[in-house]
Amino acid sequence: MQPRDLKSEQFSGYPPEARTLVADHLDALRELPLSFVPGLLREVIEYDSKFPVERTAIEKELKTLSGLSPAQRAEWFKSFTEFSLSPQLERFDWINSPAQFTEQLSAYLWSTHQLDAYRVAATSYGARIEAEQAAEALPAPRLGIAVIGQSVTTYDEKLFKNLRPHGTYFNRVKPENGVAQLLEAVSERASKHAIPYGHWYVDGGQEAAHGSTLTCVSYGAMEPLREALLKDMQAEIQQPGMGPEELRTHLARLSPSDLGMKDGDDPVLSRFKLKVLTEGSGTQIFSTSFAQWTTREALRRAQPLTLLVRYAPRQRQKPMNELLSDTRAAGEVDPVGSLMDGDMAAYYHWINQQRLPGYDRSAFVVWFEGHGEALAIGPSLPRGASSSSEVDLSHLLALALG
Amino acid sequence: MIDDLNAGFAHGGASPREIAAGLSRSRRDFLRGSVGMALGAAMVSASPFVRAEQARKRRKVIVVTFGGGARDQETFAPEGQENIPHLITELAPQSSFFTHVTNQGILGHYVATASLTTGVYETLNNFSAVPPDHPTVFEYFRKDLHRPASDAWVVAPSNGFNRIGESNSRLYGPGTGAAVILPKHLLSATKRGAMPDLDHLLRDNYENPMYTPQLAGNEFEIQQLETILRLSVEDFLAHARTLSSPDELSVYIAKRLMRQEAPSLLWITMHDIDVAHSGAYSLYIEGIRRTDRLCAELWKTVASEPEYAGNTTMFILPDFGRDSDYDAGGNGFQHHRTGDAASRTTWMMALGAGVRQGVVYDEPMQSIDLVPSLGAMLGFSATQSAGKPVKEFL
Repeated sequence: MQPRDLKSEQFSGYPPEARTLVADHLDALRELPLSFVPGLLREVIEYDSKFPVERTAIEKELKTLSGLSPAQRAEWFKSFTEFSLSPQLERFDWINSPAQFTEQLSAYLWSTHQLDAYRVAATSYGARIEAEQAAEALPAPRLGIAVIGQSVTTYDEKLFKNLRPHGTYFNRVKPENGVAQLLEAVSERASKHAIPYGHWYVDGGQEAAHGSTLTCVSYGAMEPLREALLKDMQAEIQQPGMGPEELRTHLARLSPSDLGMKDGDDPVLSRFKLKVLTEGSGTQIFSTSFAQWTTREALRRAQPLTLLVRYAPRQRQKPMNELLSDTRAAGEVDPVGSLMDGDMAAYYHWINQQRLPGYDRSAFVVWFEGHGEALAIGPSLPRGASSSSEVDLSHLLALALG
Repeated sequence: MIDDLNAGFAHGGASPREIAAGLSRSRRDFLRGSVGMALGAAMVSASPFVRAEQARKRRKVIVVTFGGGARDQETFAPEGQENIPHLITELAPQSSFFTHVTNQGILGHYVATASLTTGVYETLNNFSAVPPDHPTVFEYFRKDLHRPASDAWVVAPSNGFNRIGESNSRLYGPGTGAAVILPKHLLSATKRGAMPDLDHLLRDNYENPMYTPQLAGNEFEIQQLETILRLSVEDFLAHARTLSSPDELSVYIAKRLMRQEAPSLLWITMHDIDVAHSGAYSLYIEGIRRTDRLCAELWKTVASEPEYAGNTTMFILPDFGRDSDYDAGGNGFQHHRTGDAASRTTWMMALGAGVRQGVVYDEPMQSIDLVPSLGAMLGFSATQSAGKPVKEFL
């Protein structure tokens, strides 16, 4: 099936708002190549449970596509029309399973050495869309905060190596009451700049007390979901004919209620949590991977104005000899390994933040919890510098925000 | 949209070719600066590889894949050197080092390793237990040189690799390639069902931890522990209890194989590093450090085993890299899904017999060039390989 044959009744399986959106732009979709449309539908089909920023972006993208003249459309999509697709892909039910189609498309592009060209085409398209969608001014500079190293008493290696060239290193930060200070500052920002899903608190352990204005996701609170998912996956892989692709398809079809989330829960956040667990690698077993991936996805999707992430010790990976000896010690954690994980994750946090609008005004702070080391990045802070001034974390945030 | 295929951000707008060249330059400059290695292009072009027939008959080759997937910034870049002290200080000064190896194929570990063994970018499903479509180096080696089955072996990490020893090719195929030992499978077979945690560790392929292909093919059976490796199940288990990882087990088996069978062509695929897929950076670094140590341990074994000392060439190369920190389509070190320059550009180290020591070669080569290069050294013809012999080996 080709996009030119699309009919509105074929979208009856879409959620209501997504169905309306498709109907409004069906003429434009019909004019686009098959190598492109399922990628767009992968986003559209989830429109009803997306964050406000994402919904606006999809609306603008479809509006832009509908507004293209035939000549513009031909120019924009010339390279997409040049990809050869397999008959199997053409026969695939890409209307109802666009995510599975794009996975198979990706595998096909790899195997036919077309992936690099596709990357170029996709990047070029993304740049065009971005240019058409002028970002609205932010009400305040974006702020990212990473708290790493919980439970580590001493650590002699150099921290923040990747981030030091971009900011100022502080070695006399007052650690007392640090987490509470940071959460209070974040909550104040949330009250001052009320934006739906605009201010996040992610915790890799049990969440600390925090204001109700924050969108909070924590590894501890999601334990029942994680357990339900692992149980489901174990059951699925016992099924005859189950392979990795079938398992991915199964996971993609899960709904929040399948993992025990309730109807009364925030549907957008429930869907987000489900995706963190089903699409993130390692998020079900390592709290540091969970916190890093949640941060990445929150930034990419919700584009929050504020995001505080606190890393907690992840479970320790047992070496083979211990497994063979069957020395079971429940709940063992690896604080130092988790500090290293968090240090790298903080770097990725900053990189992902810098991909968002307003990056030139944004601020970032990473703090070694309970200790005097921190690093701050902001428009008015020197890069590659260090400071021995005694500061508390509130003061550090103020310095970063300029 | 299409975020996982987007490139995005950074590298100052450099093209993939420029990034790959930059990675290569960085490795070269680092090696020249830190261990005083000479630049190969500036040296005389005559090959150091001995080609006399008699020498060829005694020649042994060991290929070690430094897997699964390590980036420059955690290895040969200045900031990564602390993770590979053995490669840097012990092995690199004795080696010919190729700074610019690219992999243009599919970046999944089984399919990429299969491509390394055939010299063709294979397109098989990475998660299926299927043989490569093209003849493997083991089949060329055995057929052209009339070598017995005992002369070519593969030690590989997981069940997915069990068909890597021989191809689907009608000219070669079943019975003409290498036997494959899967140490984790052996261990799992000896302990089956006894410990759920261990089953999890042994089942893994890190890219798809919940999936284990069924075994079918020329894999090594548990009773052969005794008949070929002269190792009882009890001794095997007792030794396994002293090891911290599956790759340590692989190296133990490889050393045992060298002692008992002394194969002329031995291929060892390391895989611990691929724990990076779990997202834990510290475990990824730990895997690199362990693999570095195991490579040095293998090289010491070569020097101490009479069948190998003085007549063995050992190659160490990653199957590919991992995603760059700056590619918006990836998540940095965790995966190798973007196909960016960092994930495609790697290096190769050649050590031992016939190798010019302490030389750095900058000329770009592809990972599929390894098989025809081995053919040039050992005297077989990799007729279906799409690669070219590296001129330094001719």
